Amino acid sequence: MGLLSYIIFLPLLGSLVILFLPKDNFKVIRWTSAFFSFIPMLLSFYLTYDYFFAFAGSSQMAYVEGPFQWISAISAQYFLGVDGISVPMVALTGLLSFLSILASFNIEKRVKEYFVFFLLLETGMMGVFVSLDFFLFYIFWEVMLVPMYFLIGIWGGPRKEYAAIKFFLYTLFGSIFMLVAILILYFTSNPHTLNILELIKTAPTLSHSLQLLCFAFFFVGFAIKVPVWPFHTWLPDAHVEAPTAVSVILAGVLLKMGTYGMLRVSWPMFPQGLKFFAIPIALLGLIGIIYGALVSMAQKDLKKLVAYSSVSHMGYCMLALGAFSSVTAMTGVMFQMVSHGLITGALFLLVGVLYDRAHTREIAAFGGLGVKIPVYTGLMVLFSMASLGLPGMSGFVSEFMVFVGSFSSFKIITALAVLGVVLTAAYMLRMVQRMFLGEFNIAKWGGLTEINLREILTVAPLAILTIIIGVYPGPLSNIMKATLENLVTLMAR
Amino acid sequence: MPGIKIELLIPEMFLFAWALFLFLYDLGAKRKNSQSLGYLAMFGVAVTAVLLSLFHGGMVFGTMFQSDQLALFFKVIFLGAAFMAVGASFDIASEKIHNHRGEYYGLILLSTVGMMFLSSASELLMLYIGLELTTIPLYVLVAYFKDDRLSVESGMKYLIVGAFSSAILLYGLSILYGLTGTTDIVLMKINLSLVFLANGKIGPGLILAIVMVIAGIGFKLALVPFHMWAPDVYQGAPTPITGFLSVGSKAAGVVAFARIFVNGLIGFATDVMAPLDWGIIVAVLASAAMILGNITALRQKNIKRMLAYSSIAQIGYLMIGMVAATDRGISAVSYYMFIYLFANMGAFTIATIFNDKTGSDGIISYAGLSKSSPGFAACMTVFLLSLAGIPPLGGFVAKYLVFASGIQAGYTWLVILALLTAVVSLYYYANVIKMMYFSSESPSYKIKPPIPAQIVLFIGVAGVVIFGLFPQPILNLAAEAAKVFAF
Repeated sequence: MGLLSYIIFLPLLGSLVILFLPKDNFKVIRWTSAFFSFIPMLLSFYLTYDYFFAFAGSSQMAYVEGPFQWISAISAQYFLGVDGISVPMVALTGLLSFLSILASFNIEKRVKEYFVFFLLLETGMMGVFVSLDFFLFYIFWEVMLVPMYFLIGIWGGPRKEYAAIKFFLYTLFGSIFMLVAILILYFTSNPHTLNILELIKTAPTLSHSLQLLCFAFFFVGFAIKVPVWPFHTWLPDAHVEAPTAVSVILAGVLLKMGTYGMLRVSWPMFPQGLKFFAIPIALLGLIGIIYGALVSMAQKDLKKLVAYSSVSHMGYCMLALGAFSSVTAMTGVMFQMVSHGLITGALFLLVGVLYDRAHTREIAAFGGLGVKIPVYTGLMVLFSMASLGLPGMSGFVSEFMVFVGSFSSFKIITALAVLGVVLTAAYMLRMVQRMFLGEFNIAKWGGLTEINLREILTVAPLAILTIIIGVYPGPLSNIMKATLENLVTLMAR
Repeated sequence: MPGIKIELLIPEMFLFAWALFLFLYDLGAKRKNSQSLGYLAMFGVAVTAVLLSLFHGGMVFGTMFQSDQLALFFKVIFLGAAFMAVGASFDIASEKIHNHRGEYYGLILLSTVGMMFLSSASELLMLYIGLELTTIPLYVLVAYFKDDRLSVESGMKYLIVGAFSSAILLYGLSILYGLTGTTDIVLMKINLSLVFLANGKIGPGLILAIVMVIAGIGFKLALVPFHMWAPDVYQGAPTPITGFLSVGSKAAGVVAFARIFVNGLIGFATDVMAPLDWGIIVAVLASAAMILGNITALRQKNIKRMLAYSSIAQIGYLMIGMVAATDRGISAVSYYMFIYLFANMGAFTIATIFNDKTGSDGIISYAGLSKSSPGFAACMTVFLLSLAGIPPLGGFVAKYLVFASGIQAGYTWLVILALLTAVVSLYYYANVIKMMYFSSESPSYKIKPPIPAQIVLFIGVAGVVIFGLFPQPILNLAAEAAKVFAF
């Protein structure tokens, strides 16, 4: 067992341990699960640190485990490894999982099951980001759906059952196309293999039509996860109905799996498919940016606003993913993934903090909260600014790179996409204005309490990282530089 | 006598004798002692499995009885199904059929003997006899609740449809005999090729034979459009028998189908030399089964009917491996059936115990089960997720293998259709999970299964999880089984 295996399976071990803990001792259950997500987080930070100093200069896989024979009848292998695009994702997952578990300490209903499912979910997510074998990748990809289904369905809001099954069916629908493409790749490779690294080498020799087909199949699978417009309709339901911590994971990690899958699998594997579909992809990104922003603007519910802003923000990723010949654009994609994970994760946490106290999320119900709960207001304003791309914070860096990188490929589309920034500013600022400025309704919200220490601790690391990346993006971009340069040459084949 | 290895029949003979012993034992046993017969039946099945591991490999009675790897693999499935069905029956035996327990268990074992003969038959007559020996005890078992109108009705239905389909099958087999002059499946394959080489074509008689045999076995498999009996029979029969029917009897049909089509008529799986290739017929029937089974299952409110339609759909998936008609396909089918044993028997065991406790088969009455009986609900969840094909459970690997064989054989459209319907199927499987977990109700009862049923549930969960994560040992055996047919 190597470092990566520990990162994947410690949460699983944690969920097994919790199964044997007494059902009513909430305290022990909470701290056990915190422990079993804290260690993987530390390990993922160590991984990032070590990768940065030891491996960042090369595009090779690091911390490779395997390939070990697993199911030889179908050439499935246990094969793990990380490079510059997976390391940031592993660290993000480790961080957000731990913070979400901290944020879940206020769960009072069926506590034991909650943390069992949550830790299972973490195992699935980590597995996706480090698997280098298609069978393993697919298993982790799917395994995650089950705990997510339960987490939304049991602890969710009023329409939880609908949201849970919709999420499950949508994602499964996407992944079946992926499965067909995997099988086609398996049978067209000689000798038959499911090794992703091998297939990246050999798949570009497939016929033009087969490349287009496989690319399209993978795209459906990944695009539903991102979600790319018009596959996004599961997102508002799932994000809004899910409990706070699960929304954080959904927005912070699950959406990134789609874009990660594109970078890891279909982009380097089918260059011809990519060339063929690049413009439609960028267009879909543009539509997502504008559509998501416009719909956010119309929302009355704060959580829905944040949910739709994800559609808009992931649109930037898609736009840049279309501009596959530019290293800057690819760096932009990765930055946007990290930055959106931090910012939207924090926004969902903050929405949850307010909802726990006020039991409503309706924007119009509030006003002038800045008087009563200044610290909370400060944090909320900070992340709203980060979300709209204020310079000095990570959102600005990533959006700037996306635009610079995409402009040389798609001039008009990129120019139109910049409108999205204005629209984002419009709905974010309007939300801030209506909720935190203006007249304070003391009769209604006089009893509102300030954000407590535990809650501050859950968002503070995100705030710090947002600012650090915004001010000094160098280290993060160095981690992924070599990998992305290699990726761009692979895609140019 | 040289060449006759009669000892290969010892497992079958033992199980047969044990069934008769159970009949007799019941005469002498005290009526109050409800447990011993069930344990004896389980013991007999276990002993048969041990005997089977000692005596296998070879032929008896010329080529009539083949104790090959394929037969061995499926015999384990039959014995597993019988073991689990008996284990699930303890409550029913002590409460509902206390006057006829010996016959109940004995008939299950007799039917299992029939399946074992069937899976060893490489010869049409033996195959037919095996099939009859499998089915006739089941007619009785299905109608076992004499006072329950549904059970009697389903027994009647099963008897009429079963007899009718046996006749059709027999007719088809007789045409095959007429065409080839032999009942031996391997000779049949050779003779058919000779006829083809001599004449350059094969007459319309073969079309008739293919259609009749597909219909005849299709009834046993509940393959659409020969499935109409299944939901009613599944609903009316005692629930452990439903499980046994859906796993054991189906697996028997699967072997028969494999022996006749994938071995004897392999030359006609594609349209190279056939007047009518059975591959495309079965592919169409399989897709009909997947569509109809899954869509109809969506609307079911009774768990047994839901599982009935689900098993119709499952046969559709499994048939993809048959259609592929390759060694990969056959080993996938074998593995599929193996996992299906655990998942489906497990689900029916849950339904049995739940009915014993609450008297209800309605899906809606599962509401809130996870609160009162968390372990029980978790078992059901595992079985349903495996049936739905969610990784890392066995059902996923099984589906993956079957679909892989379909893609390899060029049936990409069939696989895509299968995957689409698999998404649909998730909805009704998840519906039960939703009831158990998401409902706000808290039932007052607490389900504690009797010990034998706990063993069955444990075997089921362990099988689905362990053979899902580490399928390689079973896959090796399945690959051995597939080698029986020379492709």
